[in-house]
Amino acid sequence: MNRYPLWKYIVIAVALVGGFLYTLPNFFPEVPAVQVSSARGKVDATSLAAVEDALKAANIPLRGIALDSTGIKVRLTDTDTQLKAKDLLQAKLGENYIVALNLLSSSPQWLAAIGALPMYLGLDLRGGVHFLLQVDMKAALDKVADRYTTDLRSLLRNEKVVYAGVAREGNNVVVRFRDDSERNKARILIERNFADLLVREADSGGELRLLASLKPEAQKRFQDGAVAQNIQILRNRVNELGVAEPIIQQQGAERVVVQLPGVQDTARAKDLLGRTASLEIRMVNEEPGVLEAAQAGSVALGSDLFTERGGSQIVVKRQVVLTGDRINDAQPGFDHRTNEPAVHINLDGTGARIFKELTRENVGKRMAIVLVEKGKAEVITAPAIREEIGGGRVQISGRMTTREANDVALLMRAGALAAPMEIVEERTIGPSLGAENIDKGFKSVTYGFIVLALFMCVYYMLMGVISTIALVVNLMLLVSLLSLLQATLTLPGMAAIALTLGMAIDANVLINERIREELRAGATPHAAIQTGYERAWGTIVDSNVTTLIAGFALFLFGSGPIRGFAVVHVLGIMTSMFSAVFVSRGLVALIYGNRRKLDRISIGQIWRPPAGTSAAPTKA
Amino acid sequence: MEFFRIKRDIPFMRHALTFNVISLVTFLLAVFFLATKGLHLGIDFRGGTVIEVSYAHAVDFNRLRTSIDKLGLGEYSAQAFGTSDTALIRLPLSEGTSSAKLSDRVMAALKADDPTATQQRVEFVGPQVGRELYENGALALLLVCLGIVGYLALRFEWRFAVAAIIANLHDVIIILGFFALFQWEFGLPVLAAVLAVLGYSVNESVVIADRIRENFRKMRKATVPQVIDNAITSTISRTMITHGSTLLMVLSILFFGGETLYFFALALTIGILFGIYSSVLVMAPLVMWMGVSREDLVKPDRKGSEAAGEKILP
Repeated sequence: MNRYPLWKYIVIAVALVGGFLYTLPNFFPEVPAVQVSSARGKVDATSLAAVEDALKAANIPLRGIALDSTGIKVRLTDTDTQLKAKDLLQAKLGENYIVALNLLSSSPQWLAAIGALPMYLGLDLRGGVHFLLQVDMKAALDKVADRYTTDLRSLLRNEKVVYAGVAREGNNVVVRFRDDSERNKARILIERNFADLLVREADSGGELRLLASLKPEAQKRFQDGAVAQNIQILRNRVNELGVAEPIIQQQGAERVVVQLPGVQDTARAKDLLGRTASLEIRMVNEEPGVLEAAQAGSVALGSDLFTERGGSQIVVKRQVVLTGDRINDAQPGFDHRTNEPAVHINLDGTGARIFKELTRENVGKRMAIVLVEKGKAEVITAPAIREEIGGGRVQISGRMTTREANDVALLMRAGALAAPMEIVEERTIGPSLGAENIDKGFKSVTYGFIVLALFMCVYYMLMGVISTIALVVNLMLLVSLLSLLQATLTLPGMAAIALTLGMAIDANVLINERIREELRAGATPHAAIQTGYERAWGTIVDSNVTTLIAGFALFLFGSGPIRGFAVVHVLGIMTSMFSAVFVSRGLVALIYGNRRKLDRISIGQIWRPPAGTSAAPTKA
Repeated sequence: MEFFRIKRDIPFMRHALTFNVISLVTFLLAVFFLATKGLHLGIDFRGGTVIEVSYAHAVDFNRLRTSIDKLGLGEYSAQAFGTSDTALIRLPLSEGTSSAKLSDRVMAALKADDPTATQQRVEFVGPQVGRELYENGALALLLVCLGIVGYLALRFEWRFAVAAIIANLHDVIIILGFFALFQWEFGLPVLAAVLAVLGYSVNESVVIADRIRENFRKMRKATVPQVIDNAITSTISRTMITHGSTLLMVLSILFFGGETLYFFALALTIGILFGIYSSVLVMAPLVMWMGVSREDLVKPDRKGSEAAGEKILP
């Protein structure tokens, strides 16, 4: 009676050991560290050696240094050394590397090898910044329509089609005609030259009109492209902040989530993210002696001294010949003739025209493509104009590796920001508040648990102790699951842990009360235990399912910290079902199972009503 | 130790009408407060900015207010938050100025006035996001209600499902009524607490419904009120102890969890306390009124032998 099959004990044992191992990393304190990752340089064994040497030379004591897929991680002894090390390494390694401050777990390597990591703390526990950015699609589409308006006008004029007017209406371009045959000519022309446009006849008020709008697929492609481009730009800018483990993700069709753990200077972060870059094309000042004079300190009139991406300096005339918003697209590729890496640029109608004139008058001279971001200007590349370039498709090549071609294309796209973004949600937590929150959450769980455990042991005696042990197991399993899944733990999540413990005890109370009832009615102890568990199980399942429904709804519709609450809630219910029934039953079987004849079990007082009263419950 | 020394079944159902009237009155009161005072929605649902600023000394609110007034931002609120050296500033959405940068301007003004001002926390919710969170919250509530009704109708019988959801929505309205009456801030965490309470207090109804079903099977000769009385009385010890335990943990959160979790814990506390009342004394009378009978729950025996009921062994 009441014996538990061996396999069930094995399951419990495995769960306990697993739970313990995966909870372990959480007990190792976090250690100040510095993380080196690459912006443009390479992070490998040589850079590892360089870092080690630099730190040794400066007599900075290390706790450990390792190289992994995310970069070089250097564990240090305290926050002062951490700052010193960061400054030293940033100065030593230069702009091609990002050196970030980070807090890393000090748990031993073998734990990490089996996938046991400390819980992933949310921003409200770690401190940091959370932004939700929305891409202003309307403004972007308006700009596109503007561009098409100009382009259509040029096209019709070039092909000598007679029209009455071209204007933008909302996201569409409307061309008015006086003559039907001209309209048909125009329609064929437009459809042939602009594959992305859908042309319809839309007469109104007696006027012959053509309505040109972006085809749905083209619009969707454009929207996706705009968000992807913005994400790319954000990524580059976030790298500049030197943040370890940033999160930049698309959320829905038009939004981007940016999470920067550990960032304190939110003003700077906001500024950086909202920066608009602009692209300018200017001519290089190639007069002899100008460069040396500028480097010596006197820049020629009407020119500026800039640094090129390779590091060399260049003098560029101040007059802007072409602006970045004339660039439709820039893609890395290869030169057809020489097969070198190149950048293929698509200009819009006006841009093409300007560029054609520019190249015609300046064959052999160099033009500089300058990226300007709030005061800082950088020359991306300064190719020589080899031949007259027309048709709006331009190729820049020469002295570029494939990687550089990629970067140049990216920067050109960044300059030609397709769609502006704005911040629609922000949550920032300072680090001291984060630590405070962890402390508060921890206290709530601990103190509540202690009082609860005391009550259970006193009220239900040994069965109470068993229930408490089951509760501890529950907590351990929950923490280990959260660590294993790397689910985000937030402050509401910690509250959910406390709540789960309070609710988990319900199952054990049900069981214990039922056993008491059976004993009160006169059943033998063994039978009472059996019936208690049997009867209670169905009720436990029913009641937990409804709580699960609430948890799932919260998960689906919640966001941020509330989602953290929902995840812990749902996981907690499942671990509590396992531990309250399975584990506690195992313990009971362990203690009482082997006794053939059981007189009484320690479950506290079984109060029996005086004889002669109709007692509750009545049993058949 | 046994707290619940009950000699005989407590005749709850005799007073079913009284209980229903009390429930109706409290319900109507709550609705009245919601309608007249309305919920004090937090920025999560309304949009706006919240800044938590701490100083090296006790907050001088006059100086603080003067600094912010100079920015000419219109209406705002500044109050003490938790300890005496921390202030919580609430700014509504403003047209024109990029709202996201608002917090920076305020912090700059405060820092210029007093260099010890440190920004502990900023939350900004734009109007669109606020609206979405509000709608999502309402949808979540609806989903939970439908899910619970569906599940209960499946496991028990439609009368129980309807009675349970009415009883538990009663709880939710009461919590909202409290928040409207005292104008406590209703934010996302409070909504989460409300949904958690909804899921949790249905537990009670399930336990009692389960017992009623068992009693219908076992107590062949008893009338419906007697069956229900017995079910409630025999589960009362379990109900009280469980609610007491959960309340213990929630009170722990209330006292130790800090300001951010304060209203969350408050909503949970009210929910649990009223949950005891509603699940026991609202659901059961309603079920009785709807005319539940033995046949509804117990399928007629084909062989005449006692159906042992569902036995799913762990």
